[in-house]
Amino acid sequence: MTNHWVDIKNADLVLIMGGNAAEAHTCGFKWVQEAKQTRKAKLVVVDPRFTRSAAVADYYAPLRAGSDIAFLGGVINYLLANDKIHHEYVKAYTNASFLINPDFKFEDGLFSGYDAEKRKYDKATWGYQLDKDGYVKVDETLQDPNCAFQLLKQHYGRYTPELVSKVTGTPKDAFLKVCEHIAETAAPNKTMTILYALGWTQHSVGSQNIRTMAIIQTLLGNMGMAGGGINALRGHANVQGITDQCLFGANLPGYLTNPLEKDKTVDDYLTARTPKPLRPNQMNVPQSYPKYDWLPKLDGAYDTLALFEKMHQGKINGFVCQGFNPLASVANKKKVGDALAKLKYLVVIDPLATDTSEFWKPHGEFNEVDAAKVPTEVFRLPSTCFAEETGSFTNSGRVIQWHWKAADAPGEAMSDREIVAGLFLKLKEMYAKDGGALPDPILNVTWPYRIAAKPTPEELAMEISGKALGDVFDPKDKTKVLVKAGEQLAGFAQLRDDGSTACGNWIYGGSWSQAGNLMARRDNADPSGLGQTLNWGYAWPANRRIIYNRASCDPAGKPWDPKRTVLKWSGEKWAGNDIPDMRPDAAPDQGVGPFIMNPEGVARLFAAGMADGPFPEHYEPFETPLDKNPFHPGNPKALSNPAARVYKGDMEVFGKAKDFPYVATTYRLVEHFHFWTKHARINAVLQPEQFVEIGEELAKEKGIANGDKVKVRSNRGFIKAIAVVTKRIKALDVDGKKVHTVGIPIHWGFKGLTKPGFITNTLTPFVGDANAQTPEFKAFLVNIERA
Amino acid sequence: MALQSLDIARRSATTTSSPSVRQTTEIAKLIDVSACIGCKACQAACMEWNDIRDDVGWNFGIYDNPTNLSENSWTVMRFAEVEEAGRLEWLIRKDGCMHCADPGCLKSCPAPGAIVQYANGIVDFHEENCIGCGYCVTGCPFNVPRLSQKDGKAYKCTFCSDRVAVGQAPACVKACPTGALQYGTKEQMKDHAAKRVKDLNERGFKSAGLYDPPGVGGTHVMYVLHHADRPQLYSNLPADPGISPMVPLWKGIAKPLATATMALVGLAGLFHYVMKGPNEVSKETEKELEKEEAV
Amino acid sequence: MKLNRRQFFKICGAGMGGSSVTLMGFSPTPALAEVRTFKLARATETRNMCPYCSVGCGLLIYSTGDKSKNTKADIIHIEGDPDNPVNRGSLCPKGAGVLDMVKSPNRLKFPEVREAGSGEWKRVSWDEAFTRIAKHMKADRDANFVAQNKDGLTVNRWSSFGFLASSAAANEAGYLSHKVLRSLGVVGIDTQARI
Repeated sequence: MTNHWVDIKNADLVLIMGGNAAEAHTCGFKWVQEAKQTRKAKLVVVDPRFTRSAAVADYYAPLRAGSDIAFLGGVINYLLANDKIHHEYVKAYTNASFLINPDFKFEDGLFSGYDAEKRKYDKATWGYQLDKDGYVKVDETLQDPNCAFQLLKQHYGRYTPELVSKVTGTPKDAFLKVCEHIAETAAPNKTMTILYALGWTQHSVGSQNIRTMAIIQTLLGNMGMAGGGINALRGHANVQGITDQCLFGANLPGYLTNPLEKDKTVDDYLTARTPKPLRPNQMNVPQSYPKYDWLPKLDGAYDTLALFEKMHQGKINGFVCQGFNPLASVANKKKVGDALAKLKYLVVIDPLATDTSEFWKPHGEFNEVDAAKVPTEVFRLPSTCFAEETGSFTNSGRVIQWHWKAADAPGEAMSDREIVAGLFLKLKEMYAKDGGALPDPILNVTWPYRIAAKPTPEELAMEISGKALGDVFDPKDKTKVLVKAGEQLAGFAQLRDDGSTACGNWIYGGSWSQAGNLMARRDNADPSGLGQTLNWGYAWPANRRIIYNRASCDPAGKPWDPKRTVLKWSGEKWAGNDIPDMRPDAAPDQGVGPFIMNPEGVARLFAAGMADGPFPEHYEPFETPLDKNPFHPGNPKALSNPAARVYKGDMEVFGKAKDFPYVATTYRLVEHFHFWTKHARINAVLQPEQFVEIGEELAKEKGIANGDKVKVRSNRGFIKAIAVVTKRIKALDVDGKKVHTVGIPIHWGFKGLTKPGFITNTLTPFVGDANAQTPEFKAFLVNIERA
Repeated sequence: MALQSLDIARRSATTTSSPSVRQTTEIAKLIDVSACIGCKACQAACMEWNDIRDDVGWNFGIYDNPTNLSENSWTVMRFAEVEEAGRLEWLIRKDGCMHCADPGCLKSCPAPGAIVQYANGIVDFHEENCIGCGYCVTGCPFNVPRLSQKDGKAYKCTFCSDRVAVGQAPACVKACPTGALQYGTKEQMKDHAAKRVKDLNERGFKSAGLYDPPGVGGTHVMYVLHHADRPQLYSNLPADPGISPMVPLWKGIAKPLATATMALVGLAGLFHYVMKGPNEVSKETEKELEKEEAV
Repeated sequence: MKLNRRQFFKICGAGMGGSSVTLMGFSPTPALAEVRTFKLARATETRNMCPYCSVGCGLLIYSTGDKSKNTKADIIHIEGDPDNPVNRGSLCPKGAGVLDMVKSPNRLKFPEVREAGSGEWKRVSWDEAFTRIAKHMKADRDANFVAQNKDGLTVNRWSSFGFLASSAAANEAGYLSHKVLRSLGVVGIDTQARI
């Protein structure tokens, strides 16, 4: 979230699309209700299903799963065609005026530079036009045909309400109604917040779904504002924190990129990653590393899908699943199960008996396998759960909060820290004794914990936040010591590249300063009334609650909406009700842009960094009920995302509409959390048995009665479940064809207190988004019949 | 334990009057159906606080689960999909004891002290005094109490009287993540309801209103409904509930008549309830009674 | 008001209830204004966070005992922390039922191993589990570690091993995992951020 949970109450319009906040983020949803009740805000929900969020919405519009870009592209067209944009904001804070390489083209559904063989774009033509100083050329009048604004207009001019309705199945009047609601927030003192989640990310165009909304929010001037922003409602309790610690192959803590093979030396690496300002006076954020050689260099992708693909090919021998149940969570259960059976050893660290830990064990029709034929040695290590440990979780609004242990764990369970430390120390002991492949980083890694086998949360939190190894001096006055050796740093601004400081994760810098553990702060005072609570916990970065908050003011530093002042220029410095996302003394006339992480200093309407195009374009899901992309009926290459990664063998098992005529989408229910709460009695009582949801019309066609047992098949397998026949899912008219949706909640499995059920990911396709490799769980094809 | 807020106002089958000098405040729970998403947090909190767990059931093609109130489920959500002028509404109502000001259960209960009404308005069952006759089930205009298969006694929502007694809100209200449930004095709840009704009127629900049915003297659990003119839309919430005709009768003619002429039959009935457990009130009987009341 | 025969019968039955019970010699104990006692009166309260979604609701965990030496704390109740600015005491049905996750009969209590081809779990000690896993890891790493790629560049990676990190673990655990994994040269790392 660029903003945070409580800030939702400051919105004038709440749009829920690509998510179902009432159902999946119920306690955060209360701030939607607060906005409705205290600000008279409106709630608009766009979803293939009439969800629990829709149940309390002011307006609901249906759309076909997998057609979000068509819908949102239509919104962009509406805003531009009806002049419902925040002009001053767009001019000053976006790259609307930036001139793009005249060779950039978009033709017949493909951007310039496409290589069909590699399914990749060569982005050479996607750049800016630079002047002799290396700065981007601009046209302040926004009239140049090569400026981003004109290209944007041209690109989305095709997204007429008629075509949008034809592709999405949303009735035209409903689509226009949603446009009208959104357009109202183009006024400088009106804001819309967008709440989305996996309903947008789990598509082969996932990242571009969000990009489309980012374009809308910048056109409307809603970024940086209280009650605005782009708000990804994240999944697990600490998924934000674990993402920040970057438990990804491709990153180091704090979103620093891990070196690639081509980064031969530390200098190559740093040069490639130190941004040069693209406009005069912009800020930039450099990176720095010691012991460069010891860092592993990447030779390709190592995301979950890539890992299971490698495992399936027999290229992985050992695997650890820590609090992760991939047999249930990853696409195509059969492929995942087969892959796990090729491992030499599997280690499952979990508080609960997961389905993955018993992938080798027959559980009737729910898990058909012959244990004798599975050679994998499986270890199951019991870990503590939240109630039995101390530490910090980072919520979706980037607020890091501390929690305290309440009781001992059952039996011999140990914390994740102790388990990881225990395994590592055992390995270290073996390497110290027997040597082996490159033992140096294992033997020399900093391990300053008082009890080596039990690093405490406090020790680790201080290490993450950072401390001075030597005295740290003021860069403006080299005689002045800012931080004495051994003291905790106050924030990442005190980090030095001369070895005098150490910090585990720069964006968490200052979370444990000399003042103590700021994550444990519990002062919930809210003097501004905006819900900022700056002394509750600690928000990264720098305790900032609203990112890009400089954009809440006009170029002269006056708030767009004085009633919701986040920040203002006092004449000497930036101050207000948040930590400025700006150099505090950068006077407005210096023209430092509010989007400081971009070398342009502004937001990108045109974004060359994306793998699948600088403008989002509608492509059909890999399993689509249509035989052509209605935007590009003549080009089969532009049917589905041309730049999405598809593995050999997976392309072949995509289903076709003639065999699997119905659009399926998977989702969570409010009564359950993933595959955990099936182990909790109360939740098993509240939603005991696996079901799927279909509309009344489809039920009638297929002779399915409410409560019947049905079999749902995709080209990868089947599940059986109870049919819930509902008015909440309607058939949609798409490109002259009636399209039915089958809704599939995910929470069941063969282990748990709920009635045993099938793993729903038996059905889902093994293909990911072109940028983030998030699998396409939200739109695929199935057939359904009475079981 | 000092129970300032739980002074007894009435108790079942007792003729001596209750002390009534101390003045206490009436409390209420408000269920704003227009803000409810049917998440069942109230059901979870109720089970957790009261240490009751229903059986893990089945799916019958609906979201309702458990599908009905029971001795282990003192509140359940009832889901109704209603199409009004082409617009779909998912009306979700939290069902459970309404804590009537004029409680049919208490009035029909023959076991002294098995049902009490506190001065603050809570109607509470004291199972140690319950004889399991099931009259409270018949007497309730909302079909709420349930007899336990395990101990033959009647159970229902206590309004978390144990929490209220120490100044805490009921578990369901505290948990409610959307603020659809509110707790306070009855006056505060009526004020809050008025604001909600105004907001709903402005959003196009012209018939929004408060459900505080006078037929039972008003209730200490009230609803805000978007369609207050048609409570039946909400999984058959009675439009005009009243105590069934039998209950006021027994205090008048029926009581002496009964004592005089029906002792044997009654005793047999009592033994039936004690030995065999509950007789569930059938839907037909309920409907019959409702129909007759409507006449 | 009309009464049919069945209702008349019922009314009479109801009418005799209270009076006849005493009449016949049954004498229920007098009703006292005794309510169920508040079960948390002297329980220990600990501040914690909900482990489910990323709203990050504050929890109050109540456990038995007062942390005195001879008492094993047992968690008996969990409810929302009213001070937390986000949830303000409220919880969803998952959070409101989280006690049953903590106390689930499916909690793991001891390290176990299932050997190749076996149909059973076998309990092992922590030391045995660590030693056996570490032996596997070392053998794999020593055999498959890539110090240099085919162009002779130092790459120092171990790519035949993968680690899926918990998104439910605390930051401190996640950071420690990252540090350990990179020290080993692991590149196959992902977390539950997308699924």
